[in-house]
Amino acid sequence: MGELRLMKGNEVLAEAAIRCGCDGYFGYPITPQSEVMETLMARQPWEETGMVVLQAESEVAAINMIYGAAATGKKVMTSSSSPGISLMSEGISYIAGSELPCLIINVQRGGPGLGTIQPSQADYFQAVKGGGHGDYKLIVLAPSSVQEMNDFVDLAFELAFKYRNPAMILTDGAIGQMMEKVELADFKPRWTNDELIEKCGSWATTGKPAGRKPNIITSLEMDSAKMEANNKRFQEKYRKMEEEEPRYEALMCDDAEYVIVAFGTSSRVCQKAIELARAKGVKVGLLRPITLYPFPKKAIAELSCRIKGFLSVEMSAGQMIEDIKLSVFEGGCIVPVKFFGRLGGIIPSPGEVVKALEENFLKG
Amino acid sequence: MDIKDIIKPENLVYKKSELLIDTIMHYCPGCSHGVVHKILSEVIDEMGIQEKTIGIAPVGCAVFAYNYIDIDWQEAAHGRAPAVATGVVRLNPDNIVFAYQGDGDLASIGTAEIIHACNRGENIVVIFINNGIYGMTGGQMAPTTLVGQVTSTTPAGRNVDLNGYPMKITELIAQLPGTSYVTRQSVQTAAAVRKCKRSIKKAFQNVIDKKGTSFVEVVSTCNAGWKMTPVGANKWMEENMFPFYPLGDMKDSDKKEVSNN
Repeated sequence: MGELRLMKGNEVLAEAAIRCGCDGYFGYPITPQSEVMETLMARQPWEETGMVVLQAESEVAAINMIYGAAATGKKVMTSSSSPGISLMSEGISYIAGSELPCLIINVQRGGPGLGTIQPSQADYFQAVKGGGHGDYKLIVLAPSSVQEMNDFVDLAFELAFKYRNPAMILTDGAIGQMMEKVELADFKPRWTNDELIEKCGSWATTGKPAGRKPNIITSLEMDSAKMEANNKRFQEKYRKMEEEEPRYEALMCDDAEYVIVAFGTSSRVCQKAIELARAKGVKVGLLRPITLYPFPKKAIAELSCRIKGFLSVEMSAGQMIEDIKLSVFEGGCIVPVKFFGRLGGIIPSPGEVVKALEENFLKG
Repeated sequence: MDIKDIIKPENLVYKKSELLIDTIMHYCPGCSHGVVHKILSEVIDEMGIQEKTIGIAPVGCAVFAYNYIDIDWQEAAHGRAPAVATGVVRLNPDNIVFAYQGDGDLASIGTAEIIHACNRGENIVVIFINNGIYGMTGGQMAPTTLVGQVTSTTPAGRNVDLNGYPMKITELIAQLPGTSYVTRQSVQTAAAVRKCKRSIKKAFQNVIDKKGTSFVEVVSTCNAGWKMTPVGANKWMEENMFPFYPLGDMKDSDKKEVSNN
């Protein structure tokens, strides 16, 4: 059993980063995630593990610091909230195009524009479809508890290095701000320089010793045939992720006639909603995607052949529902896919979800 | 005496730095970039710091700098080289990191990044190529374009009412306490090249000595963008650029050692 604490989601992100051997954090304050950097600055990990923490002059600078730091082969991360992630999107595209591992955390708030500081899931498209320019994908993990905020930091780094690809934790202001019991991970030492050279020496900018070719980190290629080949390599990598990495949790789906699909904060609401619905005799289950990219397409497709319909519950105008529809379509068993969501920083209530389920599937 | 008697190692008075990669440069004949690359190669070579040096290439004509100097490189987004350099040097403080930027990159889109990197005193060298124009995109107005100077986006000459004034960003940088050495040089004559090389060497030595940011502006020509001959461009630079961008050291302070975190 690891150390048990009562902590805020944002604080746990910082603590988990220190404990998993993260080498560096660069960020810029924005509500509702400022506690991540505040916790790091208070913890002073540079005294303890040697982890570097720096407050940048903007999100644009922060993500480009991450781009530079990630190129050295070290484990580095940033965190922000929706408007800040928009600012970072150019840099994220460069990081993906240069095939560098790093962790980006989006503690979402309601948009568009300056929007609100209340929790939202309206950055789903931005997270899973790329976000910046060009054909690229992020590995996107969606925690639904403070415990998963802890667990997914290490997992995100593991996946980012496995695929040499940026990974994102897509969470929201509710999970960032809520306090829950959490079992913290044990401390893992940071990679030594020798370990780093062994793992990343073939590509990282560690300084060119005599006898090896220069390591050049770039996303630029003027020859379009070579650029197409680069893109095909990225696409192969994304197909491999889609094959090997989808993660999800299925609750009461075995006998379900209807399945609610929800992630993060809305999945917690839906967990209560399926209890309420089952008490009324409605056989409903919950499928909670843990990886939003790669999306658990096969699990949805398999369910679609034995249930009567899906309800996508999101804190947005309906974004993940498109991936559910695609998964159903690709599975070949066409069933209705309906939507319920609240916008602008409002979390739906379990009662509203049950009502939406009844109105969409059980009336008439 | 036969020429073969002369071409012997003991008679060698000049040779190309081995760090300058044997390849055809994409720079236009007459462009200053090639000369500055040569100086950088020589300095890194002579100081024996190839294994520690990381270059950050900009967006602009020097985007391909990584093809020419035999060290590890990273290609930054437009204007972001100082932030990228910050990331590298903060994680590996013993590496010697330099950012190489043009005037559009550094003084327009990247003003926030350069000012804040210099203000934090990041332990890096910044090489700033100021040719008063956007070279790679075809000669548009830069923040450094002189008043009245004709560019593809100021066909009637830079008009201050419309376009504002040319920016002396190096003077601004020199005000920041994080910088230890701020200088403006040029490379249009052999004497200027020797002087510029001394400045660049000093800048690298400062980084080795952890003195904070060292900033070397090189007032440069873009004869293709200016639509002049190489010789004509040098003359135009001396007559028009130097009076507005006077050469020389702006700051050379002995700063206390800075530490990252």
